[in-house]
Amino acid sequence: MSKPELKTSLLGFEMNSPLMGASGTFGYGVEYAHMVDLPKLGAVCGKGLTLHGQYGNEGERLWETPAGLMNSIGLQNPGVEHFIQVELPQMEAQLRPAGVAIIANLGGHSEEEYEEGAALLSASSADMIELNISCPNVKQGGMVYGVKAEAAAQVVRRVRAACKKPLMVKLSPQAEDIPAMCRAVEEAGADALSLTNTFQGCAIDLEKRRPVFDNIFAGLSGPAIRPLALRMVWQAVGAVKIPVVGLGGIATGRDALEFIMAGAQAVQVGAANFVDPRSINRIYEEMEAWMEANGVESLAEIRGCARP
Amino acid sequence: MPAVCCDSVVLDQIALTDTVRLLSASWGDPEHLPHAGQFFMLRCWGLGEGPFLSRPISLHHWDEGKKTVEFLYEIKGEGTRRLSQLEAGDAIQLTGPAGNGFDVQAIPQGARLALVGGGIGTAPLYQLAKELNGRGIRPDGYFGFRDEPFAMESFRGLCEVVRVATDSGRFGFHGLVTEMLEPEKYDLILTCGPVPMMRGVYQKCAAAGVRCLVSMENKMACGIGACLGCTCHTKEGPRSVCKNGPVFEGSEVFGE
Repeated sequence: MSKPELKTSLLGFEMNSPLMGASGTFGYGVEYAHMVDLPKLGAVCGKGLTLHGQYGNEGERLWETPAGLMNSIGLQNPGVEHFIQVELPQMEAQLRPAGVAIIANLGGHSEEEYEEGAALLSASSADMIELNISCPNVKQGGMVYGVKAEAAAQVVRRVRAACKKPLMVKLSPQAEDIPAMCRAVEEAGADALSLTNTFQGCAIDLEKRRPVFDNIFAGLSGPAIRPLALRMVWQAVGAVKIPVVGLGGIATGRDALEFIMAGAQAVQVGAANFVDPRSINRIYEEMEAWMEANGVESLAEIRGCARP
Repeated sequence: MPAVCCDSVVLDQIALTDTVRLLSASWGDPEHLPHAGQFFMLRCWGLGEGPFLSRPISLHHWDEGKKTVEFLYEIKGEGTRRLSQLEAGDAIQLTGPAGNGFDVQAIPQGARLALVGGGIGTAPLYQLAKELNGRGIRPDGYFGFRDEPFAMESFRGLCEVVRVATDSGRFGFHGLVTEMLEPEKYDLILTCGPVPMMRGVYQKCAAAGVRCLVSMENKMACGIGACLGCTCHTKEGPRSVCKNGPVFEGSEVFGE
C-alpha cells in the first residue's frame, strides 16, 4: 500500500494536510515556519486582528491548569492595515511557496468594525477569512456575537456582503445553543465553521485573594477541553451542510482523527504548539501511522464514520 | 537566527545552594549558536505529566568547544523542581536560542562597563562577561543577593572588580546593590534581576546620563513571539519580552 493521503480540500483549497495552526497560538506562522515541516501543514490561521489594532489586556495573561492553559491576551494585534503591509507579506514569502494556505483571523468590537476589516482583508492576498465572533477576552463586542445566534447572524451577514473571499466563522463554546448558532451562521452566508474557541473559565490567586485575571474570566484551551469541544463539533456537523473545522485540545494524531471521524473536514492545533513547537509534525506522522496500520488510504474514507 | 527545538541530553547538574542549580546539556546545532542574554525554553515532562508550559531559562554559559549550554536557575515552582531532578543522561527538550540577547559586538572596545545582577538575575551576566572579555572589555561586576551569594568565583576571572551586597549583611556590603553603584564611572551599564532593582539601576543611570540596558522576564507560553503572553509596555509600544527582548534599553521600559 502506498502512503496514506492526508491532503485535504477546504473551500476550494487543496491543503497539504488537515492540520492548521490555530489562531492566537501560531503567531503569523512565520515564527514556526522553520520548526514545522511545511509540507505537513495545511494552513495558518493568523493571530486575531481588529480593524485598528490594540494592546490587549493588562495584568496576568497566562495561567496553567491541569492539561490546559488559560489565557487573557485580549486580541493584542497591530491592526488590519499593518497586517496587510507587514505580516501578510512575510506569510506570503515563507508559507506560500510550501503550499500552506493563509487565513486571516478577524475580530471586532462592532458590526461596522467587522465589516470594514473584512472589506480590507477581502482585497488582500489572504486565501480565506476566519471570522472570530468568539473571543472570550474582549469586554465589548466579540463575546455577545458568540453567545446569541441572532447577533452572530447579523454580523456574519454584514461581513458576508463585504467579503468576496471564503468565509469561515469561528464559534464560541459559550453559544447558548450550538446547533441553532451553527444554522444561523450558515444561513447568514458562512462558507465554513470552525469550533471551538476557548472556554470561559476563572482562577483565583490564593495568596492575593483576588482573581488571577484583570477581566476575572479568561479562555481555557488545551487537552482539558477536548471532549467538550469534540461534542460541539459533533453537534455542528449534524446541524449544517457546510464544512466544519474542529479544534480544542488536539495534541496527538489520535485526537485529530477523533475529530475527523466526528465529521470535521479539517482540524486546528492550538495550545499543543506551546508544549512542543514541532507538534504538528508529530500529529501528522501519528495520523499517517494510524491510517497505514488500519488500511485507510485517505481521510475521506473515515470522515464522519463514527456518526450513525 | 530563529529558535529551533531539539531533543537534547543532560550532561550534568550540580547544586550551588539549597535552591540554585547549575544544569548543563548538549547543544550540537551548528546553525543556531546562542549568545549572551538569550534564553531557552526547557522541558523534561510530557503533556499532562507536569506543568502545561515549558520554562524559559536564560543562558548562563555557552561552551562552543564542548557544544554545551549551561543554565543557572532557581527552584521556584513545579517546573523548576522537575528540572532540578534531572541527572546526566536524562532527556531534555530545548527550544532556542530565543530572544535578542546583548549585542556585544556593538559595544565600543574602549567602553567602561558595569554589570549589575540581582539574585538569579546574575545568571545571564556570566556569558555576557565572557563575551565582553573576548572583545577585550573587562567590566566591573556588582551583584546583590538576599543572603547567600552563588557563582561569584566564576565572575572573578572575568571582571575587573567584583562587589557583592546582601540584604542580610551576611556577605559583602549590607544593603542594596544599587547603593554601591556609581553610574558616572561608566559608559554603559547592563543589568538583570528583580524589576525593582533594575528600575533602581535605571533611575541612577538616567540621573547620571549613563546608558543602561535591562534584561526583562515574564511568563511565556511559546517563547518565540507567537502567543503574545509576555508582552510588556515600552515607549515604542507593546513589545514581546521573548522576541523583541529580553534585552531592552532601560529608558524604553522604565523611562518617563
